[in-house]
Amino acid sequence: MAIITYRQALHDTLRDEMLRDENVVLMGEEIGVFEGSYKITAGLLQEFGEKRVRDTPIAEEGFVGAAVGAAMLGLRPVVEIMTINFIMLAIDQIVNHAAKIHYMFGGQSRVPMVIRTPGGGGQQLAATHSQNPEVWFAHVPGLKVVAPSTPADARGLLKSAIRDDDPVIFLENLALYNTRGEVPEDGPDDVIPLGTADIKREGKDISIIAYSRMAAVAVNVAEQLANEYGIDAEVVDIRSLRPLDRTTIVNSVKKTNRAVVFEEDWRSYGVGAEVAATIQEYAFDYLDAPVRRIAAAEVALPYSKVMELSALPTAQHLVDAVRATLAASGGARRNGGIVIPGLAGVARG
Amino acid sequence: MASNGSARSGSGGRAAAQGGGRTSTASRKRNAEPNGHGSAETDVAATAQSPTSLRGRPESREQLIDFYRQMVLIRRFEEKTGEMYTRAKIGGYCHLNLGEEATVVGVMSALEPRDYVFTNYREHGYILGRGVDPNRVMAELFGKETGVSRGRGGSMHLFDAEARFMGGYAIVGGQLPLATGAALTIAHKGLDEVVVCQMGDATTNIGAWHESLNIAQLWNLPVIFLIVNNQFGMGTSVEKGSAEPDLYKKACAYRMRAERVDGNDLLAVRDATLRAVEAGRKDKAPTVLEAVSFRHRGHSVVDPDRYRPREFVEKGRSHDPIPAYGRSLLDAGLLDENGLKQIDDQVNRIVEASVAFADESPEPEPKDLYVFDFASEVPNIDRSLPGDHTGLADIGGAAALGGR
Ligand SMILES: Cc1ncc(C[n+]2csc(CCOP(=O)(O)OP(=O)(O)O)c2C)c(N)n1
Repeated sequence: MAIITYRQALHDTLRDEMLRDENVVLMGEEIGVFEGSYKITAGLLQEFGEKRVRDTPIAEEGFVGAAVGAAMLGLRPVVEIMTINFIMLAIDQIVNHAAKIHYMFGGQSRVPMVIRTPGGGGQQLAATHSQNPEVWFAHVPGLKVVAPSTPADARGLLKSAIRDDDPVIFLENLALYNTRGEVPEDGPDDVIPLGTADIKREGKDISIIAYSRMAAVAVNVAEQLANEYGIDAEVVDIRSLRPLDRTTIVNSVKKTNRAVVFEEDWRSYGVGAEVAATIQEYAFDYLDAPVRRIAAAEVALPYSKVMELSALPTAQHLVDAVRATLAASGGARRNGGIVIPGLAGVARG
Repeated sequence: MASNGSARSGSGGRAAAQGGGRTSTASRKRNAEPNGHGSAETDVAATAQSPTSLRGRPESREQLIDFYRQMVLIRRFEEKTGEMYTRAKIGGYCHLNLGEEATVVGVMSALEPRDYVFTNYREHGYILGRGVDPNRVMAELFGKETGVSRGRGGSMHLFDAEARFMGGYAIVGGQLPLATGAALTIAHKGLDEVVVCQMGDATTNIGAWHESLNIAQLWNLPVIFLIVNNQFGMGTSVEKGSAEPDLYKKACAYRMRAERVDGNDLLAVRDATLRAVEAGRKDKAPTVLEAVSFRHRGHSVVDPDRYRPREFVEKGRSHDPIPAYGRSLLDAGLLDENGLKQIDDQVNRIVEASVAFADESPEPEPKDLYVFDFASEVPNIDRSLPGDHTGLADIGGAAALGGR
């Protein structure tokens, strides 16, 4: 086990997969000479040459679509979209074409490609550069959508995504690139199947369900909850938004009887809405309190730092929501229950 | 306006942009492009009456006759398609190639089996021209399991992997980036295949057109952007939709080879395509090929076609490529009237058989709704149907809704 950054994990995995399969090619704006806006592809042009690390013009629809067509004929393109905010320009190629080709043509063609792209707010980039529109893609049959929160997951899921024969939207988060974590050595064990959630922390009192940066925050919050309040929270990292591992989510809630969903996207119609509905459908009778959702405010993110921070979900929001949920259900049913002080009115959920 | 439209049906096929071909006196070379790939434009009137002569052609008699047979097949097939649509055997949208047969066969005949074809939604003729069994094409229009896309695609989404017919695409311009990418794989692997990407005139106004041409030229990709300029995108004339109505000239902005041909002249289209194929195979050079064509009917089967001026339509119909080519066969002594009729009869039987085949074919089974949903399996795919949750049986499925 080595401890490396999320960025390094992505870089190393791209390199390993390019070494493993000569059909893997990288495409995107500024990924070659410039080494990528976030340096994920640093050094790869030098190592693999222009044929396999292809700088594209600023033409998201054109080059994403070209990757789809290239995949149909047998390459395995890994496309980088500089940030997810520019994905709108390519959405026709992703939703109308990449997602549909296998099905609509009766299984005669497949689109083995990956679109990597970072999202997330909190960098004072304002409305057009701070979005989390993952639900647009998670909504679409034919796409697979993953959003890893740790370097190990980034590695394991990227390996699977590149080897998968379907189009995979691989969501990164700007704020995660420099985070560190243990990553297993190269080998079969470091491949993580798409479509699987992960319990990042086991707990008995409440399920916190999150993904990407919010899952990383949730793990820290769970430790804080244990230390400060004696609350034993389970953290379910959704990790794969499509397919969604409903089984892991539902089984966790059946065990803890309470749930808070924690996400960085907008709440209305968001990923958390799907999770909450799933819990309602499959574990309603196990719930001791309503499912709470903590998500971003429903606005275009402002530039002003104080304004921006007021719109984003934070660790404190999660702490408050967990405590409120427990209070609403009479506290944790363990050792005769626990006292949860100062709850009134604190929950945003 | 009508006369504007047809006035531009040039015969650039005679005036090859690059690499020669036969040059008619009526044509004049243009310095349309800064890199020296000239584009050509000719006077129209010259060609409409006098299609490329069959004399001295490199093709065999059988081939020349087969071009006719293919045009007639598309004509009859499309007429029958229209009829089946009105009889509600065919659903959805349905766009016919009636009138465009010379363009379709001219282009398809210039390709090898190893080449690839991407088209828009007006593609029945192209897949037939690619040699795919009319039975399976008709069956797809009928939505049957025996159809080329197994009933999942319909009229606008025909596909045949074996024929390298890579699909009809119903989003205007959607096929351009895909075709460019297909050519990228070809170039990447060092193969000598080419990709034809068919589209209509109105498609040259969409962003994907510009992005794709730019990328194809930058990266030297063997793709032929075939514009079937039938002079209307639905009800919008080419003059109203494109600031540069000489569409092949738009290639200048990307320093791309470009050529315009009379789309009613099968052999001119074929020759121009052969030049483009050669440029693609040898130099990995993309081409814009504009075939000035005419659709005999409305945009789709249900379109009453009220927007095209009457003289324009009459003139267009009067230049029907099929009788014209048939006459050339007669004039060249390759066939007699009886021979033409035999072809007609043979084609009619094929088309009738395709309807019978489609009619008798089984519908896809609703239980197979999720077949083809993903190419590789992953856990936790939800395959429920509306009204049930059986796709989630492992967490209680439908039973969970009933309580603990
Ligand atoms: C992106 C998009 N916008 C609009 C439409 C609706 N539409 C279908 S066909 C068409 C006209 C296209 O004309 P043209 O490219 O000239 O092709 P033709 O029908 O002549 O083959 C339009 C606007 C569409 N399918 N896709």
